Amino acid sequence: MTQEHDKVDGARRSFIGAAAGLTAATVAPGVILHTVAAAPRAEAVTDKVRWGMLIDTAKCADGCTACVQACDRENGLDLQIKPEGASEQMWDRQRAVWIRKVQVQDNLTGRVTNLPMLCQHCEHPPCVDVCPTGASFKRADGIVMVDRHTCIGCRYCMMACPYKARSFIHQVVAEKLTATPRGKGCVESCNLCVHRRDHGEASTACADACAAAGHHAIVFGDLKDAGSAVSKAMAAAVSRQIREDLDLNTGVRYSSI
Amino acid sequence: MKRIVYREWRLQPERYWGLLAILGAVAAIAGLAALYMEHHGHWVTGMTNQVVWGTPHVFAVFLIVAASGALNVASIGTVFGRTAYKPLGRLSGLLSIALLAGGLMVLVLDLGRPERLVVAATTYNFKSIFAWNIFLYTGFMVIVVAYLWTMAERKVNAYSKPVGYVAFVWRLLLTMGTGAIFGFLVARQAYDTAILPPMFIIMSFAYGLAIFILVLMFAYHQDKRPMGDVMLFKLKNLLGVFVAAILLLTLMYHLTKLYGTKNHGVEAFILMTGGIYTAMFWIGWILVGCLAPLGIVYHPVLGKDRTWIAAACGMVILGGLAAVYVIIIGGQAYPLEMFPGKTILASGFHDGVAGAAAWYSPSIPEVLLGIGGVAVALIITAVGVRVLQFLPESLSDQVVDPHVAAKG
Repeated sequence: MTQEHDKVDGARRSFIGAAAGLTAATVAPGVILHTVAAAPRAEAVTDKVRWGMLIDTAKCADGCTACVQACDRENGLDLQIKPEGASEQMWDRQRAVWIRKVQVQDNLTGRVTNLPMLCQHCEHPPCVDVCPTGASFKRADGIVMVDRHTCIGCRYCMMACPYKARSFIHQVVAEKLTATPRGKGCVESCNLCVHRRDHGEASTACADACAAAGHHAIVFGDLKDAGSAVSKAMAAAVSRQIREDLDLNTGVRYSSI
Repeated sequence: MKRIVYREWRLQPERYWGLLAILGAVAAIAGLAALYMEHHGHWVTGMTNQVVWGTPHVFAVFLIVAASGALNVASIGTVFGRTAYKPLGRLSGLLSIALLAGGLMVLVLDLGRPERLVVAATTYNFKSIFAWNIFLYTGFMVIVVAYLWTMAERKVNAYSKPVGYVAFVWRLLLTMGTGAIFGFLVARQAYDTAILPPMFIIMSFAYGLAIFILVLMFAYHQDKRPMGDVMLFKLKNLLGVFVAAILLLTLMYHLTKLYGTKNHGVEAFILMTGGIYTAMFWIGWILVGCLAPLGIVYHPVLGKDRTWIAAACGMVILGGLAAVYVIIIGGQAYPLEMFPGKTILASGFHDGVAGAAAWYSPSIPEVLLGIGGVAVALIITAVGVRVLQFLPESLSDQVVDPHVAAKG
């Protein structure tokens, strides 16, 4: 009896071996692929870079909305659907907008200027100061964004932002992009295409679209790298911050304004 | 002063339950309104990306400000040693807790993600005035409960004074914290001024006292308890002083803003061209909320008539709601001045084209939620005075005034 019990069950062994091999063959590529895909994100964001922009308003064309459309596509803002029963007028005031075109005229000279307005990615962001939970935060690389897991939807950041850069999601979200999670009741704003940053891409959707349209009004890059295109452009032109009086040291600067 | 005897509110059961049923129905409707907004999202409200805080915030801020003011009657008795006010200390404490609870309920139910309240209670950014206020509000509740205990329990009566001092300082901090929510916002032209926190304190004195007087008059009238003119006239005269102080601070606020050219735009908007906001400022805040009640409480005839005194209190409350509406909604409706010296010709995000104000119209669910906060505050008060000994059996002149008592 004992002898029979001690005998090796060959069939059982070969079954377990085959099962283990099959499992490894199924799971391993996923694990390896996942590791490969995650590689750029595995590195912590550092303050060795500071992402920013220079916008040359002289090159920003009247009537062109290429940057706005590109942002809408890139960040799934074009997937927002007007809730059934909402009026067009109200929806226009309630839908989320990350970048918009503004046209201003000087009261004295009458000079007209076109420019895109977006989150200015301040070094000292008022939205981060006022957020009760810390959901509104600034990354080490200067990007100001919202952690949508801890945003309680109080909208105090929207009260505090001097640029009206933020939007509250007023409606149920049916469709969204993986790179841009979005949910009813949270606040969001331009994050300088943070998913592109994390994958080591060179530019933002708006800057690319502006260049593709032939205007090259938006130059994006690392403000701390003296050799970057944005640093060179800033060194060459007189630029200014919007609401300089607040001394927020914005990451987005404007020239010819 | 005679020994004060406190008794539960002995309203006839059918009247009492009728009152609770009405208030409960109002609160339940507010609950449904909140559920409706939470289910659909804020698109069903009048709030937008331009006016992000709406009518619920007007009610919430008004109730929170009034809450700290309602505690004043207790403070006058304990901290400032005016014995005539001591019998009213318990009701003052109860009403302040009730109003704060009502206001906070409205504030929380208007959040985009109210179910994440636990996040707000566990994750803090200590530079945020909102985060300070979470501690100021919860601390206020704890301190006032302790204060009530020292007032009601003879064994700990001796601690009433030190706890009263703490409560007084705390209520000043709380109202300043609420004022700082707006005063410290550098971005908006209507805010960005240190005068808002002290102005909120003065407003709290008046709004809290107006609600206190109305609740007191109603409770005593319904229960047929005696309330002499001495007590009532003391309170209404005090209300007059507070309302006059609101006028003074309002004048200071606008003079501060008017002196520098950079704020002429927002001043012109509030004082002259702002449509509904200008009307609410002059008719609501100034006329109904300040001048008319001042005229009534100091009038030689009307100022001695209980109906008129009650009307003056009601006017202070309505004017107060108008004032908070002008501050919160008007302050947002005026477009952010991003480009001084320039006019916005076109914008893809309602940036105040040609100086146009942002649109806002209160929706019904928002108003219902706000009124629900008032109902909850009154339910807490009504239950409190019914089950515990908050109200003195008599506030007749003999009880309140030692001189009258000596003569009698």
